[in-house]
Amino acid sequence: MIDAIFRESWSRIVASLTGLLGDVELAEEAAQEAFSVAAERWPRDGIPNNPTAWLLTTAKRKAIDAIRRNRRTLVGVDEGLIADVEVMTVPEVPCIPDERLELIFACCHPALAPQAQVALVLSSVAGMRTRDIAQAFLVTEETMKRRLSRAKAKLRTAGIPFVRPREEHLPERVDAVLRVIYLIFNAGYSEREDLAADGIWLGRVLATLLPDEPDAHALLALMLLHESRRRARVVDGAFVPLPDQDRSRWDTQLIDEAYERLARALATGHRSAYVVQAEIAAQHSRTPVDWHQIVALYTELHDHEGSDVVKLNRAIAVSYATSPETALRIVEDLNIPGYHYLHSTRGELLDRLGRAADARSEFARAAELAPSGIERAFLAERLSRIADPGSGISDVPIAEDR
Amino acid sequence: MKYALLIYDTPEAWSDRDESEVAEVMARYAAVGLDAATVGGEQLQMPEAATTLRVLGGRDLVTDGPFVEAKEYLGGFYLVDVPDFDAAMEIARRIPAASEGGAIEIRPVVERNR
Repeated sequence: MIDAIFRESWSRIVASLTGLLGDVELAEEAAQEAFSVAAERWPRDGIPNNPTAWLLTTAKRKAIDAIRRNRRTLVGVDEGLIADVEVMTVPEVPCIPDERLELIFACCHPALAPQAQVALVLSSVAGMRTRDIAQAFLVTEETMKRRLSRAKAKLRTAGIPFVRPREEHLPERVDAVLRVIYLIFNAGYSEREDLAADGIWLGRVLATLLPDEPDAHALLALMLLHESRRRARVVDGAFVPLPDQDRSRWDTQLIDEAYERLARALATGHRSAYVVQAEIAAQHSRTPVDWHQIVALYTELHDHEGSDVVKLNRAIAVSYATSPETALRIVEDLNIPGYHYLHSTRGELLDRLGRAADARSEFARAAELAPSGIERAFLAERLSRIADPGSGISDVPIAEDR
Repeated sequence: MKYALLIYDTPEAWSDRDESEVAEVMARYAAVGLDAATVGGEQLQMPEAATTLRVLGGRDLVTDGPFVEAKEYLGGFYLVDVPDFDAAMEIARRIPAASEGGAIEIRPVVERNR
């Protein structure tokens, strides 16, 4: 209960305080202190009627304390600011202005490096601890701490505004936010379930704050569809490719929510890479899968973001819609250095065409390149099945549409 | 907030322009200079005119040329006084070098005596 309140209140409080103080670092420190007080008192005294307002009042007091402490050591602390913070009223009714969107846009400002944007969103908006962010991105806690404090310092010293971007820049700024959220989700795709959950949570927040933005709904639909298959994708620690998944393990609640979000995006008539990807993911959830439709969608996706990864995914759809030979001809022309899916796809197609020796070497290469233990184990197991001439299974490990 | 908009240009950007193009580009620079938010700025002579000085142990160490030798050179700067970074970027975007092979470095100025 208290954890849930913290999670929902964190970004609201950091956003409100940042709006007032113009300093994310100070805002986060004050919020952190308020949360510590609450963690100590609430279990003893009970949860206040309006916990967010209580947390904000407490955080505001902590911020005033911090500013007073800093006044002795720092030159140029704004006297007016303390007065502003002191008169900032906290309403009794829950109508604290929602400034999360301003916070999200500031964290994803193009003046910050992409990895700094991701770290800032996880810390300031999602309330993830520095230690956990560091672990997720395979750097030491010290490195992540430095990266975060550099990013927060840049927000402050460069004068990056805490506002909704102007209308003419809104599309590109929304794109940056979507990219960060999808990156967070993808970082949690195979093993870090918490990051995937954060990605979806952020996606829901964004879709609520920007209800007229079709891409916000499309991205949420896309993430929900991927997430809906998690329990079927990894069973007892082993990776299961999409065609072999036990559909009864799919989360139908998430799928229904995804369909609703996708319908909202489609209703606008807007076509974008996110909309098309969400449509592809939705097609994969239907029975039977319409491979011709998926080929058409990948062709459209290639118009939006022409890349060899898209061509590779399109080739898999072609292998089912047309033939493995046609697909292999497409795949043989692709060159994506270090990409394990390219090799596992070649392996699958070669195996389906009865070229066992070639298939084996492609799977071996894929296993070498696979980033996660689960995928490596799957590929090793898949490799061992080629030796069995009777198996004839035509599963594609990357039919998972990403 | 005040920002310095440091203009990095390439020699080709100028050598590739004919007379009427030069006039057109100069007019666009002039427009940025006349913006209400622009509080200062200068065009600098080419880097060939630069001299770099270091004082080592009380003795002048003078070299002919700019401090940093690079393809892009610092060709000039504007000083703008605007509400925030986005407003500074709006002005920077209008500086011809930004879209013609060069780049604009946006540097906030240290605010004193607040």
